[in-house]
Amino acid sequence: MKPEDFQFMSTMLKQRSGLVLNEDKAYLLESRLMPVSRAHNIKGVEELIAEIRKTNNEALIVEVTEAMTTNESFFFRDIKPFDMFKDHVLPHVLEKCAAKKSLRIWCAAASNGQEPYSLAMILKEEAAKLAGWKIEIIGTDISRQVLKKAEQGLYSQFEVQRGLPITLLVKYFDKQDDQWQIKPEIRSMVQYKYYNLLDSLTALGHFDVVFCRNVLIYFDQPTKGKVLEEISKLMPDYGMLFLGGAETVLGVSDKFAPVAGQRGVYALTGK
Amino acid sequence: MKSCLIVDDSKVIRMVARKILEELKFETREAADGQQALDSCKESLPDAVLLDWNMPVMSGIEFLRELRALPGGGGPIVVFCTTENDIQHIQEAIEAGANEYIMKPFDSEIIQGKFSQVGLL
Ligand SMILES: C[S@@+](CC[C@H](N)C(=O)[O-])C[C@H]1O[C@@H](n2cnc3c(N)ncnc32)[C@H](O)[C@@H]1O
Repeated sequence: MKPEDFQFMSTMLKQRSGLVLNEDKAYLLESRLMPVSRAHNIKGVEELIAEIRKTNNEALIVEVTEAMTTNESFFFRDIKPFDMFKDHVLPHVLEKCAAKKSLRIWCAAASNGQEPYSLAMILKEEAAKLAGWKIEIIGTDISRQVLKKAEQGLYSQFEVQRGLPITLLVKYFDKQDDQWQIKPEIRSMVQYKYYNLLDSLTALGHFDVVFCRNVLIYFDQPTKGKVLEEISKLMPDYGMLFLGGAETVLGVSDKFAPVAGQRGVYALTGK
Repeated sequence: MKSCLIVDDSKVIRMVARKILEELKFETREAADGQQALDSCKESLPDAVLLDWNMPVMSGIEFLRELRALPGGGGPIVVFCTTENDIQHIQEAIEAGANEYIMKPFDSEIIQGKFSQVGLL
């Protein structure tokens, strides 16, 4: 790939989605954009980039930006954060929200839906404690393609064997040919929306619990800090934030601090 | 070191499973059908059983029911590993006392994930 093409693409991607693409990852452009070229009957990635540079075609830019996202996810990813949600964070926020009896949870990089559906299944299992509560789970992502899949809630045999206990599979999924579909009772607990974390987030409303896992790793430090600051504005002082296993707030933002003894969970500092 | 009994009538599958489980630091034993597996369990109970469904002589589900009826037979953690992938089979397995269920084809990631879910890792 020509250096100026790489430069152009990495600048554009950083602007559009926050993605930092270092030179050693140039091959990712080739491998992920090849299918986009093909879909548009464009000969190769070089020609695709030339087309974007020439026409500034918005639809194509959006498509390319989406194609460059990494959407890997699985049910109950890393398991511990979900145990902590159930055992510590949920009782904590339920106590704080007892007066209004409503709880809002946000999955800020929902990908194919495994994370919000894992939370929905936990809440379903805890239904006895939640009688009379209004519970909302909002899943957002920058990729319309993953949102579509999340909405369908349709997973391959391989996907439902990653992290999902078999008892929950039989309880909350229906078999559709060789795929598995999340049951409407769980499906309807989650609402999906397109949202770019780089945009102003205020329109989303307030959230008592935020899962923002395995997305900040793709951003540079200032972007991470800015997103965390924006998220902090959406949360009440008792709100709780979950980050991915390779992510932290330390040295990135002073809005949050790790909760002792609960790895991956962060509380607001009030700063 | 934890022990795992691998039960499958296919030698190839036993071999693949053995390699994966040995990498996960299990001491492994093998059986080619439910009866052999039961005999092996009567000698000594393993910590885990990786169990195929369809086998000659005695099927996996029959073995599981016999195992759970043995003195101490509630102990071993049983993970089915079979091509049977419909809800009825899975439900039947859970009712018979299976702890987890893998739908073939499997790979080391799936085995590792399921084994850690049931606390074997
Ligand atoms: C690796 S997945 C994480 C999924 C899930 N949270 C988990 O931990 O398993 C990262 C997701 O972040 C999304 N993403 C990347 N940049 C984004 C942005 N600027 N705004 C919103 N979502 C973004 C991607 O589309 C992708 O689906």
